[in-house]
Amino acid sequence: MAKKPQQLAVDTRPWRDTANHKPFVRIKNVTKKFGDVSAVNDVSLDIYRSELFCLLGGSGSGKSTLLRMLAGFETPTSGTIEIDGQDMTNVAPYNRPVNMMFQSYALFPHMSVEQNIAYGLKRDHLPKGEIADRVAELLSLVKLQDYGRRRPHQLSGGQRQRVALARALAKRPKLLLLDEPLGALDKKLREETQFELVKIQESLGVTFIVVTHDQEEAMTLATRIGVMNQGEIAMIGEPTDIYEFPNSRFVANFIGSANMVEGVVTEDEPGHVRIRSAELGCDIYVGHGVDCAPDQLLWWAIRPEKMSLSREKPEALHDANVTSGVVEEIAYLGDISLYQVALESGKRIRVSQTNSVRGNPDAITWEEKVYITWGDSSGSVLTV
Amino acid sequence: MTATHDPTIPPPRRLKPWNAVERGLAKVGISGRMLVLFAPALWLLIFFLVPLAVVFGISLATKQFGRPPYSALLSTEDGTVQLTLHLSNYIRIFTDNLYVAAYLSSIRIAAISTVITLLVGYPMAYAIARADDRWRNILLMLVILPFFTSFLLRVYALTGFMRGNGVINQLLGLFGIEPLVMMQTDFAVYVGIVYTYLPFMILPLYTTLVKLDVSLFEASADLGGRPMRTFLSITLPLSLPGIIAGSMLVFIPAIGEFVIPSLLGGPETLMIGRVLWDEFFTAANWPRAAAVAVAMLVVVVVPIMLMQRAQSAVVEK
Amino acid sequence: MFRRGWFLPIAAALGFTFLYAPIVSLVIFSFNENRLVTVWSGFSFKWYGELFRDPQMLNAAWLSLQIAALSASIALVLGTLAAVALVRFRRFRGRTLFSGMVSAPLVMPDVITGLALLLLFVAMESFIGWPRGRGMLTIVIAHSTFCMAYVCVVVQSRLSDFDRSLEEAAMDLGASPVRTFFDITLPIIAPALVSGWLLGFTLSLDDLVIASFVSGPGSSTLPMVIFSKVKLGVSPDVNALATIIIGIVATGVLIATIIQLRTKPKKARA
Repeated sequence: MAKKPQQLAVDTRPWRDTANHKPFVRIKNVTKKFGDVSAVNDVSLDIYRSELFCLLGGSGSGKSTLLRMLAGFETPTSGTIEIDGQDMTNVAPYNRPVNMMFQSYALFPHMSVEQNIAYGLKRDHLPKGEIADRVAELLSLVKLQDYGRRRPHQLSGGQRQRVALARALAKRPKLLLLDEPLGALDKKLREETQFELVKIQESLGVTFIVVTHDQEEAMTLATRIGVMNQGEIAMIGEPTDIYEFPNSRFVANFIGSANMVEGVVTEDEPGHVRIRSAELGCDIYVGHGVDCAPDQLLWWAIRPEKMSLSREKPEALHDANVTSGVVEEIAYLGDISLYQVALESGKRIRVSQTNSVRGNPDAITWEEKVYITWGDSSGSVLTV
Repeated sequence: MTATHDPTIPPPRRLKPWNAVERGLAKVGISGRMLVLFAPALWLLIFFLVPLAVVFGISLATKQFGRPPYSALLSTEDGTVQLTLHLSNYIRIFTDNLYVAAYLSSIRIAAISTVITLLVGYPMAYAIARADDRWRNILLMLVILPFFTSFLLRVYALTGFMRGNGVINQLLGLFGIEPLVMMQTDFAVYVGIVYTYLPFMILPLYTTLVKLDVSLFEASADLGGRPMRTFLSITLPLSLPGIIAGSMLVFIPAIGEFVIPSLLGGPETLMIGRVLWDEFFTAANWPRAAAVAVAMLVVVVVPIMLMQRAQSAVVEK
Repeated sequence: MFRRGWFLPIAAALGFTFLYAPIVSLVIFSFNENRLVTVWSGFSFKWYGELFRDPQMLNAAWLSLQIAALSASIALVLGTLAAVALVRFRRFRGRTLFSGMVSAPLVMPDVITGLALLLLFVAMESFIGWPRGRGMLTIVIAHSTFCMAYVCVVVQSRLSDFDRSLEEAAMDLGASPVRTFFDITLPIIAPALVSGWLLGFTLSLDDLVIASFVSGPGSSTLPMVIFSKVKLGVSPDVNALATIIIGIVATGVLIATIIQLRTKPKKARA
């Protein structure tokens, strides 16, 4: 599912080389207030040409408001929005080189599929023949050649989604905004459509900004993800960064699942850090330097698959990174099993183990005392 | 990827005629919103609010001969403007038994008719709500259809039905029963109101009843509720908003009804709408008619406010 | 519940009999030869002929139709604007007053509306000399005012179901707000506009009380003529007229229902 193979040249990721690349969309210190409530609070964001950028967040996180400001349906209370070097902050939606695919699809019920797709082209007063060619081209792009004369209500949910996409692409926008593009589809269809969407995006080279609340969707689609929380950007990064190196407790908890413990810094060296955690019942040895101070209270997060379980006590390097508890719950998920282990402090830790042995009779089971261990760079130290 | 401007993106178009118009108006402080609001607001101000004020003003005048047939409220005498208000119309309304009786009898007739309409309409609405889809639409159409035929003609149809040698009495005659006197009685007025306002009762009742989840009844039955018990403890309370709305739609216009009492009622059937009409057209006493109208407005507004409060209380629940 | 009981079907059947028996007898007796409306003496179209030879009736009918068409059209424009203001403008100064003024005519007794408007017209005439006398113009104004409330209710309910993202989509594709209104909003709310207009038309055609107050000499509407005839007693030609009106309305409602039933499944999904 990794969408960008590692061997691609580094210049396909312009955000890693900001000195030589100019952002295509620049959101600068944008705030949007509805009455006294700020839906979006001082957001700054650069998006590069041909990116597939996902805005990920829960409901009320401000992601949709940000998208609507890009489309021009809302005007920022303060801040500016630049698209391709032009200030678009106060330009009306119908004068923007931006198109949007709506969550509800917003297909015009009184027009056929063809008329829906042609609507934007007609507004540009293109010659009739050209419009017809373009509509045919788009219908084949979304594989709906035989459905041009149907009305939206005669189509299935997946077909409607594709019409909405075709309509939004019709004017060859340089920037396409997608509001929960797969939200209304069922799970199986959603997975198929994800790849189709990426394929279309890559073949057309259009910049996509996708709003979604579904982290799996964001991980699959995005070149980069912007995690939003309470109107602010919590983190921007490639999917692997967001998952493996979360920058805050919010991001660690929001993406995937994480075990989170509190601790106090006891050793703060340039090459390593030692954290004492009463909750965990042992020291945590972190094999790299962290920007913190001795005696500072901080948090340490680790994903369930980054730890391992054993019946025998493993060797504790640096006298840390081993703790023990009793297996309380086991969720057998087929490929993996998820263990919930209760530590002495009462803290519960979730550890996942790959079921590599078929029908293992010797698998760890309920009420067993087990040791949990992890590598010295498996967890993330979080100060916020 | 260079930073040059992409030629395929047209620069923002700004010169559109309506944009110019919009901007021009915006400069004098008029937005499109205001224009939309302006026409209906002005119309209602002139032809709804001001007339009510005029009615109130003229109710404080007295009848006089001439054109217009009421005394002026404002007069100029020796260069000073004088305001002359008469309370005589209101004093008369509250002391003369005719008016008091007419108000009370309007409320009584409207209330009794509303209850009868509810009793007739509820089972009908319930039957329609529980009918299967195909029948439901047909039955609904049958309820709405009379609403679109002339109100006056429906009242007239009733007269043909209830008069001395009308259809009912002819049918009764077949069984050797003496003809009944129905026309020109309060009974005829009740029948008239129930008959003409029945659709107003059925439609809101239907709307609430059809929304009730069938599983509620199943749950009640499952928990041992007998049909009558289920009806009293589930259906009736949940359809209360419909009952209130329907009753309001019948009661309020029934108070001010004029056509029904004058075509079906007898000379002794007093209703306030009819009194107002006679005061205006027969006695040509415009100020008195205006005072009757003001008093009537109070009688109508009070139940509206009470019922709206009751309804919002139910909704909040 | 009375799901399988006998009570509901019987109550409903009796109710519908009560609703329709007088109308049916009215229609039957319109074909009665006898002058006494309720004594059957043979089938005849006589009263229809009489009806179409009665200039008073014909003039009144023509006047009423004109008034109804005009009032419904004015009410449609004003009521739609009011509905747009109420649904689309969340907050504005005087909103409560405005929504009160829009819906008050719905519950205002006809006699009060009629009297109030008449007194207004008389007062206006003496102050500014307009409207000069009373007749068709004053009736149209009066009818537009109360029909507007009904149009507003109908359009308002359609507008509040309206998916705003349809309009946003049109603007996003390059349509200006005005263009969007005509391309998207208008076609989608058109059914509500049609039923609003028809409702206004029917209500205007039906009104006796308000018209009686605000009409002048020589401008008697159809209900006024019918009322004076019925007041005097039996009138078989009124039966004939009623039958024609019922026929037209029944056909109209039938067509509307069929159209609605055909488009309904589409609406539900689209």
